[in-house]
Amino acid sequence: MGAGAARRVDGVTVSGVRATARIRARGDGRGGTSLPVLEGEGPLALRRTRGSGAEARVVLVGAMSGPLGGDHFAVEAEVEEGARLRVGSAAATIALPGQAKSEARYDVRLTVADGGELLWLPEPLISAGGSELYVTTRVELAATARLVLREEQVLGRVGEEPGRLGSRLTVRVAGRTVLDQELACGPGAPAGWDGPAVLAGRRAVGQLVVVRSKFTTHPVTARIVGEYAAVMPLAGPAALVSAVAPDGLLLRRVLDEALAELG
Amino acid sequence: MHLDHAHSAPSAVSADAQRPDGTRRALRIGLGGPVGSGKTATVAALCRALRDQFSLAVVTNDIYTREDAEFLLREAVLPPERIAAVETGACPHTAIRDDISANLEAVEDLEDEVGPLDLVLVESGGDNLTATFSKGLVDAQIFVIDVAGGDDIPRKGGPGVTTADLLVVNKTDLAPYVGSDLARMAADAKAQRAELPVVFQSLRSEAGVADVSAWVRARLAAWTA
Amino acid sequence: MSRAALLVLADGRFPAGGHAHSGGAEEAVKAGRITGAASLEAFCRGRLHTVGLVGAALAAAAAAGADPVELDAAADARTPSPALRGAARRLGRQLMRAARAAWPSDELDALAGEFPKGAHQPVVLGVTARAAGLGAQDAAYCAAYESVSGPATAVVRLLSLDPFEATGVLARLAPELDLMVDRAVAAGRAVPGEGVDVLPAASGPLLEIGAEAHAGWPVRLFAS
Repeated sequence: MGAGAARRVDGVTVSGVRATARIRARGDGRGGTSLPVLEGEGPLALRRTRGSGAEARVVLVGAMSGPLGGDHFAVEAEVEEGARLRVGSAAATIALPGQAKSEARYDVRLTVADGGELLWLPEPLISAGGSELYVTTRVELAATARLVLREEQVLGRVGEEPGRLGSRLTVRVAGRTVLDQELACGPGAPAGWDGPAVLAGRRAVGQLVVVRSKFTTHPVTARIVGEYAAVMPLAGPAALVSAVAPDGLLLRRVLDEALAELG
Repeated sequence: MHLDHAHSAPSAVSADAQRPDGTRRALRIGLGGPVGSGKTATVAALCRALRDQFSLAVVTNDIYTREDAEFLLREAVLPPERIAAVETGACPHTAIRDDISANLEAVEDLEDEVGPLDLVLVESGGDNLTATFSKGLVDAQIFVIDVAGGDDIPRKGGPGVTTADLLVVNKTDLAPYVGSDLARMAADAKAQRAELPVVFQSLRSEAGVADVSAWVRARLAAWTA
Repeated sequence: MSRAALLVLADGRFPAGGHAHSGGAEEAVKAGRITGAASLEAFCRGRLHTVGLVGAALAAAAAAGADPVELDAAADARTPSPALRGAARRLGRQLMRAARAAWPSDELDALAGEFPKGAHQPVVLGVTARAAGLGAQDAAYCAAYESVSGPATAVVRLLSLDPFEATGVLARLAPELDLMVDRAVAAGRAVPGEGVDVLPAASGPLLEIGAEAHAGWPVRLFAS
């Protein structure tokens, strides 16, 4: 199927859109970061915006259109040695029900080489009623790579029951997995997801992962940073802020506060 | 590594008199008894009486995990690294009798971290008259009751009163005020315990914890003989 | 193999320290998320499908002969809360003591030597099952059941909940537990061939966050 192909209807089956966006960040040799690869596709468009200092800045735009059922989106970003990349998105990503009665997938693959830094700070993912989406985020970091990664999920638009949302976030540093977390919510998820051990009826859940090699010798101090949010040193040079909140705005507030403290 | 060795040796079972590296482990003495009978005060007094001569540590099993430990810390009877608190899941008697694993870990960690130790006092959380220590955890146990809890406790018996290696009747200074008959308590205890020793003490008196501390010294002498 | 060994290992009175852990129930009770049998059931269901599933799969994998060192690292990555990692290791060490007394084995000795401060409890549980002549499914059942029986027992003590109601909760969860164990065993058995990434990583954010809150309390009844 070609780049950005439209929905293909072949009789009874409707398959979704496949689209991959690719970013490669490279040190430009003058203390800045160049982007030798910046390729959007179909609904996944990329824009370079003004960066600050050594950092290149990219915004993912147009993700509003999906993913719908059956779609398969992928984003791949690679940060080379010494380069610094910040990726955000122009708006929230909304998972919507599609004509295809199958699950949509969104796969994010992030790689950072030694001395490189990636700030992956997209807007939230909103799981609309009736949607079905499985998101995977895999991060591979070299030993001295730096990472700040935010992942926010909002279950349902205002006043709406959520769709089914599954996600898995895996972070490896120098080949060793320091974080592997799956969450399944919404209709059809294993029972208990909405209950007192998992989300307790809250509709926004988020994680912020910060990786710094200095955490090996100076791990962050575990602490509570909100009603249901905690900063936790992981088993490795990484820290996780995990938060559950009534809505996306309150979730962002607590994650921002925690990030500001982590520096 | 020392710890590797300690825990990989196949004989690391609770009641062994030797540590896995072949050295003699500390003598472990349990202190049990009802709430408020003066267990923690007795432990504190014992620490003061023995600490200059012996290497000591204390494990507490309070219902509210750290309360006794914090009393001992406030009283500064031992440096904080020699006091460990064990959480008991609201069942202090389980932690000293039925499932002693957390207490054994605490005792062994203390030996690893601040040892060598001569004596570890394991204080039970205040419980009832049936709470006794497992022989897998302690080598001897002291049961502490007090005159204010009623002078019929020795007569009622129960495993603590009947079988403890030493029965301490505490707060004798209060006997006149609470109407407890010390002679009757002594006679009842004798009837329940035959030849097992009983000490009547008031920590407010000049003698203080002297009798109990003498008993512990004798135990220590026998342990290291 | 002796099926009766499973009863010994799964017995709530097996002296491996579990009685002092509430599986997050103490924090959830104090925060008002568990107030009675219905919310206990929802809590247990959430645990069963998150940390219960992960623990059961780890135990199954260890019982199936997967490398316990890799499994322990996989357990670390699936347990963001340092309080829970610490509790899992303490419980692993306590279980190790009981296991070596009950079913002496070279594999248990080797694991104890590798992790003097304790490996994650489900990993020790799986190796214990092997030592007892039990299989991956037995190990998974033990881990799965412990993931819900601990909180149920704790809530009986914390809320003075009618123990018959708490037992009813566990009985109602049994069919779900069977299904979950099948998943856990399939994943666990795949580990020796495919590596630890096939293990589930289901998480309960409030279990992790709550464990950190609980660890900071000055006064508590349960160790976790």
